[in-house]
Amino acid sequence: MKRSQFIAVLVLGSTALFGCKAQQTSEASSSASAASAPEPPKAPESVTLLNVSYDPTRELWRELNEKFEASYEKETGTKVTIKQSHGGSSTQARAVIDGLEADVVTLASILDTEAISKKGLINAGWVDKLPNRSLPYTSTIVFVVRKGNPKGIKDWPDLVKPGVEIVTPNPKTSGNGYLSFFSAWGSVVVRGGSREEATKFVTQLYKQVPVLDSGARGATTTFVQKKIGDVHLAWENEAQLEVREAKGDLDIVYPPISIRAEPHVAIVDGNVDRKKSRAAAEAYLKYVYTDEGQEIVAKHHYRPSNEAVLKKHAADFPEIKLFAVSEIAKDFFDAHKQFIGEGGVFDSIYKPKK
Amino acid sequence: MANVNRRVLPGFSLTLGYSIFYLSVLVLFPIVACFVRAASLSFDDFWNAVWTERARAAYLLTFGASFVAAIVNLVLGVLIAWVLVRYNFPGKRLVDSLVDLPLALPTAVGGLVYASLYVESGWLGRFLVPLGIQGAYTRLGIVLVLVFVGLPFMVRTVQPVLEDFDPESEEASASLGASRFQTLLHVIMPALYPAMITGFALAFARSVGEYGSIVFVSGNMPFKTEIAPILIVARLEEFAYGEATAIAVVLLIISFSMLILINLLEGWSRRNAV
Repeated sequence: MKRSQFIAVLVLGSTALFGCKAQQTSEASSSASAASAPEPPKAPESVTLLNVSYDPTRELWRELNEKFEASYEKETGTKVTIKQSHGGSSTQARAVIDGLEADVVTLASILDTEAISKKGLINAGWVDKLPNRSLPYTSTIVFVVRKGNPKGIKDWPDLVKPGVEIVTPNPKTSGNGYLSFFSAWGSVVVRGGSREEATKFVTQLYKQVPVLDSGARGATTTFVQKKIGDVHLAWENEAQLEVREAKGDLDIVYPPISIRAEPHVAIVDGNVDRKKSRAAAEAYLKYVYTDEGQEIVAKHHYRPSNEAVLKKHAADFPEIKLFAVSEIAKDFFDAHKQFIGEGGVFDSIYKPKK
Repeated sequence: MANVNRRVLPGFSLTLGYSIFYLSVLVLFPIVACFVRAASLSFDDFWNAVWTERARAAYLLTFGASFVAAIVNLVLGVLIAWVLVRYNFPGKRLVDSLVDLPLALPTAVGGLVYASLYVESGWLGRFLVPLGIQGAYTRLGIVLVLVFVGLPFMVRTVQPVLEDFDPESEEASASLGASRFQTLLHVIMPALYPAMITGFALAFARSVGEYGSIVFVSGNMPFKTEIAPILIVARLEEFAYGEATAIAVVLLIISFSMLILINLLEGWSRRNAV
């Protein structure tokens, strides 16, 4: 009896288990749709938007949100509240794919935005829905060096001089990381160097990287707090903040050439249609293109896409040659696959010599 | 069938049913999901994802560092448990609660603190680095934080056993003419072995899964200080879910076989104790 009882329990337990599994999946989908169902007949006088963005844009969007909320209410009478979420760019993209109800995404790279689009949440052709290929601002990678630039770092080739240590995050896990890599690569090939020369250059460069932090903020901590390295390859806006916070201990150096980073913005069609928040979401992103929005963008050290505003702030944005990713590969996807992906150039750098 | 319920308390079927149910929901489902996901890859893709030279270096480091850290904890943990159980001293309560701190502290904080202590400009690093001891961004750093996160598991498993240990057996041993060392080796230690092995297994398993602290202290250099969980994150960044879970499955399989081995060892030592 004991044994039969035991078996009965087992069978019972496992059926409960499978029953539950089936139920769970249906529950998950129903709860997803329940949560997404618009708040019973949508009140037109208030709407909440969620902007899912990457790490360093915190201060930028905070100011944009404040100004936009005021101007939108004045124009339409609708009270809009904007919530922000920040994190590593592709982590954020995965969250949206997995069901985070973003109305707009403002991520670091097209790789992440496109990953969401591939899941059907953002309609194909989104890049052309907003002005300037959905780029209200661009950015780049610049150098931060110790006070007075003791190692005399002015240009990319200076990075591989003996004794120079470079801090930049892991290209495998960080947007800042792979953009630094693309920049270094482009600094050779865009100036007419061959693929072999570029490979040699990046190999030497990464040999002189003592620490590969997993993300941009980690690298900043390593460089600033732990005082490791002579030069930090950072986002332009992060570099500006870093230098300002260091109060004279650090200097910023603009290399003559660097990559044009393209943090696209996009409306998450799947979510705004369900939440009926499309009008507000579109107005929100378009606001960033207005003169007022572009001024805020410039203030936070992102390069405004509006030429006039960019000119006005020319002193803050030294003119350097910004090359597009298409000059080193077909596009971002191709570049990532060739250089960073499994078996790419970056992997070969660390192959132990036999 | 004269078998009347021999147990004192009723409810065996109910409790077993619930146990299986909860274990399934909390542990089995996520693991099964992992396997299902990884199974979506073809065998070749799976193999190419999990058995690269770089991945092998990472597995070796993850398990090697965890093993070394667990060994260190074995010595340190028993020592601390011994001191806490056998002696009274001012501040004992405080020391006792300090042991649990690594459990409460987000491990990322632990990693950051260790890294900044051991870099050349850090409090400890400024003395150690000139001696050639690099505690930050090396394998040594990884072992250090793993000792940190594993310590409570060791201490808390050994401590209760020591507390319950009957002083009379030590007295008996002494009165029979055993030296202190013999008493320790033949009377006290055998009683502790099962708990030590359990503590070792817990500390080891905890270390294999550790991510937060290591990324900050290791420097993540491929082939040198890159642990396997970093590879998982790297694959996720490429939206390669299948490959990422494939690596996770390999970690699971290795961990599980090691835990089974340790469990067998524990059973064996329990049978041979006393």
